[in-house]
Amino acid sequence: MKKFTPAKMRLFFQIIYTIVTNGYIYGYLNGKIYKGSLKYVCVPGLNCYSCPGAVASCPLGALQAALNERNLKVPFAVLGFLFVFGSLFGRFVCGWLCPFGLLQDLLHKIPVFRKKKQLPFHSILKYGKYVVLLGLVIVGSAILFTGFVKVPAFCKFLCPSGTFFGALPLLSANEQLSSQIGGLFYWKLGVLIIIVLLSVKIYRPFCQYLCPLGAVYGWFNRFSLVQIKWEKEACISCIACQKACPVNLPPEKISVSPECIKCGKCADVCPKQCLHFGKNKKDTN
Amino acid sequence: MDFWQKWSSRIKRIPLWTVGAGIGVLFLIVGFAEGQFTDIYRKAVMICLECIGIG
Repeated sequence: MKKFTPAKMRLFFQIIYTIVTNGYIYGYLNGKIYKGSLKYVCVPGLNCYSCPGAVASCPLGALQAALNERNLKVPFAVLGFLFVFGSLFGRFVCGWLCPFGLLQDLLHKIPVFRKKKQLPFHSILKYGKYVVLLGLVIVGSAILFTGFVKVPAFCKFLCPSGTFFGALPLLSANEQLSSQIGGLFYWKLGVLIIIVLLSVKIYRPFCQYLCPLGAVYGWFNRFSLVQIKWEKEACISCIACQKACPVNLPPEKISVSPECIKCGKCADVCPKQCLHFGKNKKDTN
Repeated sequence: MDFWQKWSSRIKRIPLWTVGAGIGVLFLIVGFAEGQFTDIYRKAVMICLECIGIG
């Protein structure tokens, strides 16, 4: 019987999750968005709520909306969602549940170019996501104005998920909106095209270098419930896991590093099965 | 003294993820009490013009 490995299960999970959380077919057909009560809650992954199919809210969009309020207050509800998802899953969300992560995974499977795991200067560039989190999501959304209205800076200037899952289907089905396209749209389309092209060559460039949600969940990675356990005693140091790891992590850093998306490819290739999914009984420190 | 040692060793055994999830649930309750879920909903049911690049 064919073995059902974590990596194979992951693609299935990603597709089902993306269909379920973006399954409002009426929206795609009529250029409208879902307005039902599920939008009171946030999904764990980056999922633009202006996607015609989206049935729930994007945590980053909701966080910026809260920071855009005239009377700034602590966004407890959004932080609550982030703490719960982060503590349970960490960056497992990125690897298994994010629709934009799925898109980048599929693009990376296109058999052109010689594939690379990371960009040059990776050790510096990986901090880009923290700069985006602090600069655009938090500070930018709290202080940047258009006229007298604050703007969700990350959504407005960078988010490629909003362009791909929100703008493109919505504008293609809604003539009233498409007639208002201007320079900002072409800027965002340019950002999307660069990330799409990079994704064919480099593994998940947006997740590795720019995603502020990945920066948040990365902080929880070390102590989240879902972990990939490494049995050091059984390890024969063959480095097969590091070779298979899409972000090039050595076995001691798998699962606990903020860069690990818990995809499970390491567990698939380990000849001694000393890497496997498990739950965190105690803080791994 | 014995009482504190017993409790501190118990607290040290609590996995950090349960503390994080507990804080999250607490935040959700506070957010609910402050009506922040309605704020999330109100924003999410309107087309975000910035998100789609025309705002």
